[in-house]
Amino acid sequence: MSSIIAGGIDCDIHPAVPNLKALHPYLTDHWRDIIVQRGMHELNSIAYPANSPLTARPDWRVEGIRPGSDLELLRQHALNPFKTSIAIANCLYGVQLLFSEDMGAGFARAVNDWMAKEWLDKEPRLRASIVVPAQNPEMAVDEINRVAPDKRFVQVLLLVMNDMPLGKRHYWPIYAAAEKHGLAIGIHAGSAYRHPVTPIGWPTYYTEDYAAQAAAFQQALSSLICEGVFTKYPDLKVVLLESGFTWLPAHLWRLTKFWRGLRMEVPWLDRAPTEIVKSNVRLTIQPCDGPPSEEMFQKLMEHMDSDELLLFSTDYPHWQFDGEDVLPAGLSPSLVRKMMIDNPLATYSRLS
Amino acid sequence: MNIQTTTRPLPQAVNQSKLTTADCDIHPQRNNDKDLHPYLEKRWIEHMQMFGSRPRQAYQDGPAYPKGQPNAARRDAWPAGGRPGSSLAFMRQQLLDTNNCVLGILNATGDNGQSYQNRAFGAAVCHAMNEWQLHEWLLPEPRLRGSIVVPYEDAEAAVAEIERYATDPHFVQVLMLSRTSEPPGQKRYWKVYEAAAAAGLPVGVHAFGFGGYPVSGGGWPSYYIEDMVGHAQSSQSFLTSMVIEGVFERVPALKLVLIEAGFAWLPSLAWRLDKIQNRLKAETPHLKRLPSEYIHDHVWLTTQPMEEPANRAHVLDAIDWIGWDRLLFATDYPHWDYDDPSQVLPMALPEQKKRDFFLNNAVALYGQR
Repeated sequence: MSSIIAGGIDCDIHPAVPNLKALHPYLTDHWRDIIVQRGMHELNSIAYPANSPLTARPDWRVEGIRPGSDLELLRQHALNPFKTSIAIANCLYGVQLLFSEDMGAGFARAVNDWMAKEWLDKEPRLRASIVVPAQNPEMAVDEINRVAPDKRFVQVLLLVMNDMPLGKRHYWPIYAAAEKHGLAIGIHAGSAYRHPVTPIGWPTYYTEDYAAQAAAFQQALSSLICEGVFTKYPDLKVVLLESGFTWLPAHLWRLTKFWRGLRMEVPWLDRAPTEIVKSNVRLTIQPCDGPPSEEMFQKLMEHMDSDELLLFSTDYPHWQFDGEDVLPAGLSPSLVRKMMIDNPLATYSRLS
Repeated sequence: MNIQTTTRPLPQAVNQSKLTTADCDIHPQRNNDKDLHPYLEKRWIEHMQMFGSRPRQAYQDGPAYPKGQPNAARRDAWPAGGRPGSSLAFMRQQLLDTNNCVLGILNATGDNGQSYQNRAFGAAVCHAMNEWQLHEWLLPEPRLRGSIVVPYEDAEAAVAEIERYATDPHFVQVLMLSRTSEPPGQKRYWKVYEAAAAAGLPVGVHAFGFGGYPVSGGGWPSYYIEDMVGHAQSSQSFLTSMVIEGVFERVPALKLVLIEAGFAWLPSLAWRLDKIQNRLKAETPHLKRLPSEYIHDHVWLTTQPMEEPANRAHVLDAIDWIGWDRLLFATDYPHWDYDDPSQVLPMALPEQKKRDFFLNNAVALYGQR
């Protein structure tokens, strides 16, 4: 393993809404009544089954407490041991999965206000992403505009799989709002489950669902690039969260080759996809789906062709690594510094 | 590849390669549906004329993502008066002779019955495709071998089709498309793999097909380029399903060939599957080995379209990680993204590696019948 340095910026942690009741103070009377009247269930996505090993590291599970839902435990498990100076909270409560746009907007608003009050106010090392109702980009923009004055929110959070591919113009108002406010776009593993997670239907096993996230990220990246999002919003930073990253070089080789052959279809694309990724796209390091040997990992880093792409993350409380073995082996001290401090600062303008 | 030609000169052997090659992805194409009539019952000829093929996609003719070139073909691959891939004489000169090809594997994709909504009709067309391949291509040209087009969405019909040709040495593979209508590792498809393995035939999975679902889990993209690039992700899901469902555990003799899906993505997928399966192994007690081990022992990949990094030597690292014995050279003739054997490798390689890449791997896999 490579040694961490103090003062790192953890770009992907997951404070969890313990239950719907915790949101009550932040919901309007209407939505509070609806919860009771309709007997609403918790909005926990099937992307992380409660007792699945991946959902929480065994030593980060505490009887009777939903993993990620307790601030003191988050300090003990994530912030203190990794000597973190700043951690970015990406709340995965499944408000984007609802079919009702209004309900999605009502609950997203509550989650953001809950985040500010229950986490950001209490722990100065925390920053957060704005949860938005991606079901309706206009409503998402309203929520961004409402929350953006609070500079502790540094990013807009989207799931990688939605009704439509994320590059489509349908979603551009969200990118315009993010760019205007100096917010990054964070795209996290997960789905609204509007479509099967694979192009060949609903898989049998959860193992396949989680494996499919990497393919979904590849396609979301294709979409953002091909539709011209970065031509239209050249200052936009997109961060792929819990995406894996070892797939990136091969994907860009393929995408760039096809761009050469098919650029007449996407004439606004004025730079090679590899170049766009270098300037506009970042990826978090957990999970690291790395090769079995350090030598292969070194070659892979050469294939990445830039030391600015990767951002430090623990993915707390998900079980991606054991102990403090959060960094892939064989990183140079200068690369560790870039991943843990320089790259996050360059990505999130609100952190400086 | 974008030169517009007004005349159709006979092909010249301009890129005469000194190598001897096997080409593991060649696409023969019929000029029109009448070419299939000798091999179809009257009922299905009438059905075809009245209702068309009706795959799981929007248009009667051509895909909803218009291709990058007419018929997705090289501009110089149109024989006089016919469609690309429709003339054996033209293909002999332009492809087989030029590339010193001694073994050419036909994958009769396109409008071939495999993705039709009416599965009985689809099965009839698949069978007609096989008879057409045999009589128009395989019997007249000894360098060519066929892939049995099977209606894999109906496993019983697919098994019957495999059994029809199981002992015919002209056929060396069972052909599926990568966009199945359900994950291909699921039980409904097992009989297809068992029949292929019993016949000693690899299952070749060619990118494309119309399973009915969007190519991404996040919906339908806008562009052909995304659909094309997406075949890599779709094939990743295909392979994931085959491995995690335990197909290679159940059918240990199964050999799987991924065709025209790229290959450089495979190492990362294998690393990811190993990690996830290890974490979640309580869910898959039927797996006895690591996903990467099943992949290494059971999977081959064709090379076209070869990934092209800025530093082209990087692609050799990917091949090192997959194994030089697992890649099968392919041109994808007559399609526009054809890979030329004299250009495809980024640098000079040791003679043995080159021979394996261009010829021996394919002969070892397909030439045993």
